[in-house]
Amino acid sequence: MRLLKTLTLGAAALGMALTATAASAFEPSKPIDFVIMAGKGGGADKMARLMQSIVEQNDLAGQPLVPTNKSGGSGAEALTYMNGVNDPDHSIMVTLNSFYTTPLRQPGLKVDNMAFAPVARMAEDTFVLWVHKDEGITTLDEFIAEVKKRGNKWVMGGTGKNSEDNIITDHLNEAYGLDIKYIPYKGGGAVAKDLAGKQIQSSVNNPSEALGFYESGDVVPIVAFTNERLPMFPDTPTHNEVSDGDDFAYFMQRSVVGAPGMSDEAQAYYTALFTKVYESDAWQKYKNDKSLMGDLMSGEELSEYWGVQIENHEKILKASGAIK
Amino acid sequence: MEIVSALMDGLWIAVQPHNLALAVIGVIVGLFVGALPGLGSVNGVAILLPFTFVINEATSDPAAPMIFLAAIYYGAMYGGAISSITLGIPGASTAVATTFDGRPMALQGNADRALVTAAVASFIGGTVATLFFTGFAPILSSVALDFGNPEIFALMLLAFATFIGLGGDDIPKTMFSIFFGLLLATVGFDTISGEPRLIFMNEREQTAVLETFGAGTEAVPFFDSVSWFSRGIQFLVLAIGVYGIGEMIWTINASRYKVTMTETTISFRRIMAGIVGMKDAWKGTMIGSLLGFFVGILPAAGATPGSLMSYGVSKMTSRNPKSYGEGNPDGVAAPEAANNSASTGAMLPMMTLGIPGSPTTAVLLAGMVIWGLEPGPRLFEDRPEFVWPLIGSFYISNIVAVLVNLAFIPLFLAVLRMPFTILAPVIFVLSIIGTYAAYDNMYDVWLMVLFGFGAYMLRILDYPLAPAVLAVVLGTTAEEKMRQSLLLSDGNFAIFWNPFFDRDGKGQEWWIAPVTTWIAVILIVLPIIIWAVRKIRGGSPAEA
Amino acid sequence: MRRAEFITAIILGLLSVYLMWKAGEGPEWDTEYVHWANTGINIDGSGPGKGFWPFYLALGMLVSCIWIIINTIRRTSPPSQSDEPFMDGYAKKMLLLVGGGLIGFLILIDLISMYAAIAVFIFYYMQILGRHPLSLSVATCLVVPFWLYLFFDIVMTKVQPKGTRWIEDTFYNPVGTFFRDQSLLVIVLCFAVSGAILAVIARSARH
Repeated sequence: MRLLKTLTLGAAALGMALTATAASAFEPSKPIDFVIMAGKGGGADKMARLMQSIVEQNDLAGQPLVPTNKSGGSGAEALTYMNGVNDPDHSIMVTLNSFYTTPLRQPGLKVDNMAFAPVARMAEDTFVLWVHKDEGITTLDEFIAEVKKRGNKWVMGGTGKNSEDNIITDHLNEAYGLDIKYIPYKGGGAVAKDLAGKQIQSSVNNPSEALGFYESGDVVPIVAFTNERLPMFPDTPTHNEVSDGDDFAYFMQRSVVGAPGMSDEAQAYYTALFTKVYESDAWQKYKNDKSLMGDLMSGEELSEYWGVQIENHEKILKASGAIK
Repeated sequence: MEIVSALMDGLWIAVQPHNLALAVIGVIVGLFVGALPGLGSVNGVAILLPFTFVINEATSDPAAPMIFLAAIYYGAMYGGAISSITLGIPGASTAVATTFDGRPMALQGNADRALVTAAVASFIGGTVATLFFTGFAPILSSVALDFGNPEIFALMLLAFATFIGLGGDDIPKTMFSIFFGLLLATVGFDTISGEPRLIFMNEREQTAVLETFGAGTEAVPFFDSVSWFSRGIQFLVLAIGVYGIGEMIWTINASRYKVTMTETTISFRRIMAGIVGMKDAWKGTMIGSLLGFFVGILPAAGATPGSLMSYGVSKMTSRNPKSYGEGNPDGVAAPEAANNSASTGAMLPMMTLGIPGSPTTAVLLAGMVIWGLEPGPRLFEDRPEFVWPLIGSFYISNIVAVLVNLAFIPLFLAVLRMPFTILAPVIFVLSIIGTYAAYDNMYDVWLMVLFGFGAYMLRILDYPLAPAVLAVVLGTTAEEKMRQSLLLSDGNFAIFWNPFFDRDGKGQEWWIAPVTTWIAVILIVLPIIIWAVRKIRGGSPAEA
Repeated sequence: MRRAEFITAIILGLLSVYLMWKAGEGPEWDTEYVHWANTGINIDGSGPGKGFWPFYLALGMLVSCIWIIINTIRRTSPPSQSDEPFMDGYAKKMLLLVGGGLIGFLILIDLISMYAAIAVFIFYYMQILGRHPLSLSVATCLVVPFWLYLFFDIVMTKVQPKGTRWIEDTFYNPVGTFFRDQSLLVIVLCFAVSGAILAVIARSARH
């Protein structure tokens, strides 16, 4: 048994060494197409442009990264584009959870997520339940009581239909027998602003989106949908701490993937490149400031993570009736 | 006093080297665009908007791209006068009124004086309007945070109500243009339902087509409808198509006849003489500055009616109305002061309410949305670091524009002699490379050129296209806000017109949306009543 | 002009009907969807469906088109009173030359890259439509795309289409690597020098 383990480990190490030598064989020969699966100005876009500027400033790649936004059809445009690029070795993409949900919801796209090259998962964005301070709510129990009292007049704003925010709202409704009304918006910024202006009553913004209004005292965090408390909001409990056994944590992946058909050498090159980005001070600072979680993940490990996530999302979307 | 210190900060940022340089380049570009017949501020701003994404990325200053575009807008207002006076062809519709007296002055050998009068009047008009702007804008935006979804929809309704007067005489064609623009805005991905819609030739239709012709369905998909339409019809695709391709082909056709240019020489001495001569034109300047601003802030009015009205009022109040049309300096000063004043005025509803007052401000509005700003009542509250430098740059750009204009008049005259057959291909190239740079794909470029051909055809048949361009900008917001409001009210339209409708279970009253809606309804209904009354009395409105 | 107006209104009317039908369409993946179901004004208490707004806008377009047709028949609109042809010979020729040139330009972008296509288009336009001296046409069609290349691809790294893989790898990759290694000053110098050459040629061409 032990012998077998040693052998496998040895083989794996040999394999690693081989890819490592092969990796040095690939160098980009032209600007790298850096596709962003979302529109200009959103959270994913800002993050992608931060990665690009880290690469530029530290001169990590021999060629520039050229960000292009392909936001159409909730990521459908980006996925079909990546499926058909003529040079997969110079095409990478920043993805979010629509990487799982869009192919599930739109089977006509004929996109296989697992065919994309798992380059690196850079972080997981977190979700927090926010209300306006004038509601006078500070705990989940008070929240549930108030929402029940308000009947269907309680409004949750969120980014997009059947999106991450929608999934969390559906879960709250189901778990606590609530009748929260969900209103889809174009972007998280608009949601945060309407919450501050008391046009809606609550949101499940990412911390980065609500931070400005949190600092000005307009909005209050109730619970975080994470496994551990967020360092930035030490007094805000996680949902699981206060939920009486209803376990629910939800994250948004921020990953870099390569186009289907990318060579192993190129994939190893980009994994090495984004490992350097991940380890840079600028990225670590951003991760802390915006309350992102999740460690670096790549290769096989990332593929497995995707497999689990796709399964989960299929279950969630089926439960909510978004797919059959 | 708060305004003064905010303005001082803004002015300081506006004179930072990169912003000052952008203002100077913008003004020069604008002067060319304005001076060249067939190109106006809309064309200039629409074709160059993609370049500002680049500026936005290169300078981290949020105001920089807007400073550039606003400078083009101003410059074009100055530049329009140059061709009006020397060629007798208005460089843009905003300078039509300038030809009335500017051309006679040039024919009498006073071209230099007309040019100087136009420049100085423009400067005074622009500066007066900027002062008004500084005073009015904060007042208008003080109700900022009260604007939620129903309120914004009511504002959109108000904007559409004012559009009716925009298209001119042919009512059904104007209506068609508005509906078409609004419809284009719905193509692509629907935020509220999370589903694609109006995807032309989607797989279902491709299958149907192949089956009709008896072919097998293995070839589906033969057309990549996802890449073409899933991201929607981008505003710039329509705007550049209409103004960069359609209008250009139309101009190539219309400018087949040779025009003679009035030769002018300009020297420092003559400029000074012209400035001294302004005393003959102070009245027109004042009328234009004031009237232009107030016409400009009316949504959907813009600079063209502002300048025409100022010319009219100036003539009516003159002691010697007969001299108008025969080279009266007041007749040059009034429309020129007015079009600059109105272009600043038109920025006010655009920035504080999110309603564009003219096609040019519609393009600016679209640009702001793409740069991640949300024009509307909350802009002043949320983004002072954008608003005040921009207002500061209005002052700076005016000074830059008058200096550049006076200094470069000989150069502009040389450029006006440049053959259109060099200029036209360069504009086509800029339109195409600009669209590609903005959206990074060829589908939008193809769509843009196809829109251009369509726009050319419709242009010949007198379909007004400015309403369509405006409608595309407002369409997305209008529908989204309407449906978000109706989600809030469980589908009850009372949320728009009834101030006592209970939105959040707290029994509050909401007045802003209903009042705005009622004003919009009156604005829409009133012309119909007038039309009906006239009809009953026997006069045909189409001929009136 | 009258006939053209009539035909255009009918085409636009048909387009409106198509769009009305299209607005009632459901998502392709939903096989149980019944056509028109999403054009309702209040579906399950959550307001209008996604087809409501487009459907009534398309209806509005149709009504406008019918109105335009009536105006054409009654000869109350200016184009329907005009006896001028929709496009005379000159206009047709221009549209063919300019429009055809633009279409050719777009096709070439995918084949031989954006900048080469620009060069071809400018040369075509200046020679065929402008009849400028050969030297000026050649200079313009080389300098303008070079400027645009420096601005977009090098300074702003906003890369444009490069045609086939072969063209990209053989020409653009080495050139791009070369220019990207240069300082901004060199780029500005290249810009100015090529501009000066163009100006000199333009001057001599005028004489």
